[in-house]
Amino acid sequence: MSIFFKNPLALSGLIIILTILIAALVAPIIAPYDPNFININSILLPPSTNHLMGTDGLGRDVFSRMLYGAQISLLVGFVAVGIATLIGVILGSLAGFYRGWVDSLIMRFVDIMLSIPTFFLILAVIAFLTPSIWNIMIVIGLTSWMGVTRLVRAEFFSLRQREYVLAAETMGSNHFSIIIKHLLPNSLTPIIVSSVLGIASAVLVESGLSFLGLGVQAPTASWGNILTDGKEYIQFAWWLSLFPGLAILITVLGYNLLGEGLRDILDPKNKI
Amino acid sequence: MISYLIKRILWMIPMLIGISLVSFFIMHLAPGDVTSSEASFNPKASEESRQKLRELYNLDKPVIIQYGLWVKRIAQLDFGNSFASHQKPVLWERTDKSGNVTKGLIQESLPITLMINLLGICIIFSISIFLGTLSAVRQNTWVDRSITLFVFIGFAIPGFWLALLLMYWTGVSNQWLPISGLHSLGYQNLSNFDQFTDLLKHLILPVSISSLSGLAGISLYVRNGMLDILHQDFITTARSKGLKESKIVFIHALKNAILPLITIVGLSIPGLIGGSVIAESIFAIPGMGKLFYDSVLMRDFPVIMGILTIGSFLTLIGNLLADIGYAWADPRVRKGLVK
Repeated sequence: MSIFFKNPLALSGLIIILTILIAALVAPIIAPYDPNFININSILLPPSTNHLMGTDGLGRDVFSRMLYGAQISLLVGFVAVGIATLIGVILGSLAGFYRGWVDSLIMRFVDIMLSIPTFFLILAVIAFLTPSIWNIMIVIGLTSWMGVTRLVRAEFFSLRQREYVLAAETMGSNHFSIIIKHLLPNSLTPIIVSSVLGIASAVLVESGLSFLGLGVQAPTASWGNILTDGKEYIQFAWWLSLFPGLAILITVLGYNLLGEGLRDILDPKNKI
Repeated sequence: MISYLIKRILWMIPMLIGISLVSFFIMHLAPGDVTSSEASFNPKASEESRQKLRELYNLDKPVIIQYGLWVKRIAQLDFGNSFASHQKPVLWERTDKSGNVTKGLIQESLPITLMINLLGICIIFSISIFLGTLSAVRQNTWVDRSITLFVFIGFAIPGFWLALLLMYWTGVSNQWLPISGLHSLGYQNLSNFDQFTDLLKHLILPVSISSLSGLAGISLYVRNGMLDILHQDFITTARSKGLKESKIVFIHALKNAILPLITIVGLSIPGLIGGSVIAESIFAIPGMGKLFYDSVLMRDFPVIMGILTIGSFLTLIGNLLADIGYAWADPRVRKGLVK
């Protein structure tokens, strides 16, 4: 933990992410209003002490919606990246451990997935399913595992010939336990760094999809779909556009800072 | 060089087959078949058009035959007709018996998207090579730090949000720039020069939005590449023989730092094409991104499948051009010294 304090990048990223995490967790307690409560007497009110971030076109309190939106953005980030990392680790381990035709097959699949424009791929899947928060998370996860696969494979390639791995193999350990006990723990750094950076891009993709109306569906609040309202009322209500955009910017910045900082902290070259 | 080219082109065939398999798999994700409940979202998906969909994709035949027939059709570049836009052909124009030409949807929208992205790539490269070099040469000064800050914010800022703010600032409150479409009203009556400036004015906002994240990424890439090169032996040699610093940076170092960018252009194409969905739908630009977005909303399956395939094909072509460009630009590769 103390190592965080020596790295201002990682520390500021960590503080940002923890603040948002806490805000999301205590949202039901500190939110001043029900995020979906429609009040036709308080439509499009500017920020005031009653409504810290103003109200939207249906008179809902934007601050409360922002707090609940934080839950969505965290959930989508973690679940989507969890799926992507799981697929990436499994495929990357197989390719890096067995090499040969297994490796060629998996890497060609990676090449194919990388040559389909990602945002088109995500939108196409959503067109054939229905947009919902669960589908969004799964789709983002299923379309973003290629980087992790390449990373894990490259790590395994360099670890595979080390003495301790060869020793374990000679002593008759089975392949599964060599991968789990020896290879994966030593490849953890790049996996963690790329997962943290992956959360940042998952948050951006989710907000983009929700903004386009193809992500989290109303009335559930997400930062992206508050911005959709912001676009509609851009001439009258700047607060509807300003706050959710800032929240996305700060969150993504937080994950990026944390990821880059972790890369420095976990790099053994920097320990000396 | 020639054998490399042939190998590289043949390599695209298995890739195309793979892409067609993935696209075909996506089409079959829909619960039931593509004509069932989900398609009924689209009010225009009448029983008649569902029947057409069934015929188009041969949904009454076994899956493997469906795939074969579909690949056969797209190999002949036949993507069928749109459901939503009055049966317009998806890809290319069609002439009916009485000689009327109906333009294809992708035929009309692709040039616009290509124009925006090519302009974007030019802007990204000219600015980010400058910023990256400046940042590397002034490493750890306030110049470097502010460029790095710009890079981090460029990575984190949601493009559609920046688009909204710019729309508000330049379009609504100041009315400096047009905020939607490609042409003003009465465009036809303008002189050629005025038509050109009118188009440019409409392009400023969308092009800036779609190049922002690329700008950040490539600036960082150039900076790190330059830092790497500036610490290499041949630069020290150049310094010790008394070359001017500007000559060292701009001639010796920059040449080596820019070379890998050719590959980066190739790799950034899927991101740029995909990213055009958001920029084009916000600014109401009739390009392929907006066409795709509209088709997703309308569940216009032939158009979705057509754009998915054409978009991937463009990516492959882009990668091919980038690899050829790299092989041509790097004397080590050109002379066959390294693979």
